[in-house]
Amino acid sequence: MSIDSAPDTAAPPPAPAGKAATKQNLRPGDRVFLGLARGSGITLLVIMAAIAVFLTWQATKALTENEGNFLTTFEWDPNAEPPVFGIAVLAFGTVVSSVIAMVLAVPISIGIALFISHYAPRRVATPMAYVVDLLAAVPSIVYGLWGALFLVPHLTGLYEWMDAYLGWTGVFEYNGGAARSLFTAGILLAIMILPVVTNVSREVFKQSPKMHEEAALALGATRWEVIRISVLPFGRSGVISASMLGLGRALGETMAVATVLSPSFMIETSLLDPGGGTFAQNIAASFKEASPAGIGREALIASGLVLFVITLLVNGLARLIIARRKEYSGANA
Amino acid sequence: MAKRIDVSGLAAYYGTHLAIDDISMSIEPRSVTAFIGPSGCGKSTFLRTLNRMHEVTPGGRVEGKVLLDDEDLYGPGVDPVSVRRTIGMVFQRPNPFPTMSIYDNVAAGLKLNGNFKKAELDGIVEKSLKGANLWNEVKDRLNKPGSGLSGGQQQRLCIARAIAVEPQVLLMDEPCSALDPISTLAIEDLIGELKSQYTIVIVTHNMQQAARVSDRTAFFNLAAVGQPGKLIEIDDTERIFSNPTVQATEDYISGRFG
Repeated sequence: MSIDSAPDTAAPPPAPAGKAATKQNLRPGDRVFLGLARGSGITLLVIMAAIAVFLTWQATKALTENEGNFLTTFEWDPNAEPPVFGIAVLAFGTVVSSVIAMVLAVPISIGIALFISHYAPRRVATPMAYVVDLLAAVPSIVYGLWGALFLVPHLTGLYEWMDAYLGWTGVFEYNGGAARSLFTAGILLAIMILPVVTNVSREVFKQSPKMHEEAALALGATRWEVIRISVLPFGRSGVISASMLGLGRALGETMAVATVLSPSFMIETSLLDPGGGTFAQNIAASFKEASPAGIGREALIASGLVLFVITLLVNGLARLIIARRKEYSGANA
Repeated sequence: MAKRIDVSGLAAYYGTHLAIDDISMSIEPRSVTAFIGPSGCGKSTFLRTLNRMHEVTPGGRVEGKVLLDDEDLYGPGVDPVSVRRTIGMVFQRPNPFPTMSIYDNVAAGLKLNGNFKKAELDGIVEKSLKGANLWNEVKDRLNKPGSGLSGGQQQRLCIARAIAVEPQVLLMDEPCSALDPISTLAIEDLIGELKSQYTIVIVTHNMQQAARVSDRTAFFNLAAVGQPGKLIEIDDTERIFSNPTVQATEDYISGRFG
């Protein structure tokens, strides 16, 4: 790479403004790299467009033949004559199980991340960070098996307790039976998204500028107050991004949910009762049975498209939250 | 307000490394004391032992006595957090909290100390910003982020934040080294005004600055790299700059080393 290491003096005089650097005075190395980078960018756009076009095309096929209301029907029977299917139950199950996962996982993740970055001595923090990394490496089917074989039988006690104290809300009523409910799926999802939320938050907290922590300390802040006034506000947007990564995983998680949930096309008033379903779980469960002859597969693709849109909306919302307080972010310190 | 500081036999370590050793001095109330000396001589470390910030550094450890009036800051049962509430500090680089507005920056220390009514807070914020000669420049944008100010304004914001809690002592660690000459002048004028109320200790690399702002000057030096920094002498600023007792001080001041 003699070209790259050539001394600067050999270069033509730099153009006055960045934009004036036209193709003519680009060196071969720069030109190759520009091509590679631009090519990668275009590839990404092409792939995204291809997926979107395919999903929309296939989904339209199914939607035009659907006799039920796609958004409100509590049924999934695309192979019937006429086909009737709707995503109400799936949308409800997906959102509810993901919200439960977020509510449980995000506070715990922030706690773990702060402990590793600001409380634990190094000889504890390093192995602990490693364990969290390991947790992220476990395949989701293994979580599913663990959930079905360990979590489900052991959650009945918790459910009875919740029924006794929170049963009056109706949402946490428990009527016995296996704990194969949306709430169980939510707990399992919480454990699964814990590592990614923790890791990203930890990295952000670690980068919290020393000088702001010292500013807080010098004002007479305790360690918790230092975290409250300098670390957490600095890490805010990072924690939101981390949560969105986690939420993305929870929304799309397939095997683990499919393994613990006992699906049905009903919305139960109690989150502790078995039943319900999620987009991804439904696709995994129904894909094999969906015959290529009917519109079964196309109907599933339509539901996938909805999941795609929900994920986009959630991400957009997160960006909005981050952008709203941009001038206060640590980035312009 | 404004208490005197008496240091005796103070040594500070980073892990096993002895950074400063055997420092004893008195710092008078309502005066400005400047610390000068070559890089690495431990003047900043010493400054940080005065409000127990040194021990925040991993491995940081202090031996000896620091008396604030008659209270030993390193005595048993003394809470470093409460020490830092009575001894304020301004850092080398302006460090207003980037996620807070100008108002909240000034009020940050007060909010830690207890509950204030909104009207009370407003009053203290205004008084502190006026005290830091910043009020006129920011009074119309108190709710804008502090990070939007210029470097010199940010540093004065940090001073306002430090004096809002009415500390006994104000420690300044090279407060002008990141600022342009005009902002530096503004801070130096401010130091001159603040000394009527506070005990001020300032670390500076700029000998002219020490000569301009301080009443007393302490010269620190180290025998060699790896050796602990020591206090060479402390005296009235005028004397240090005209007729120091120790040869090394004169060599440093006249630019023969450092």
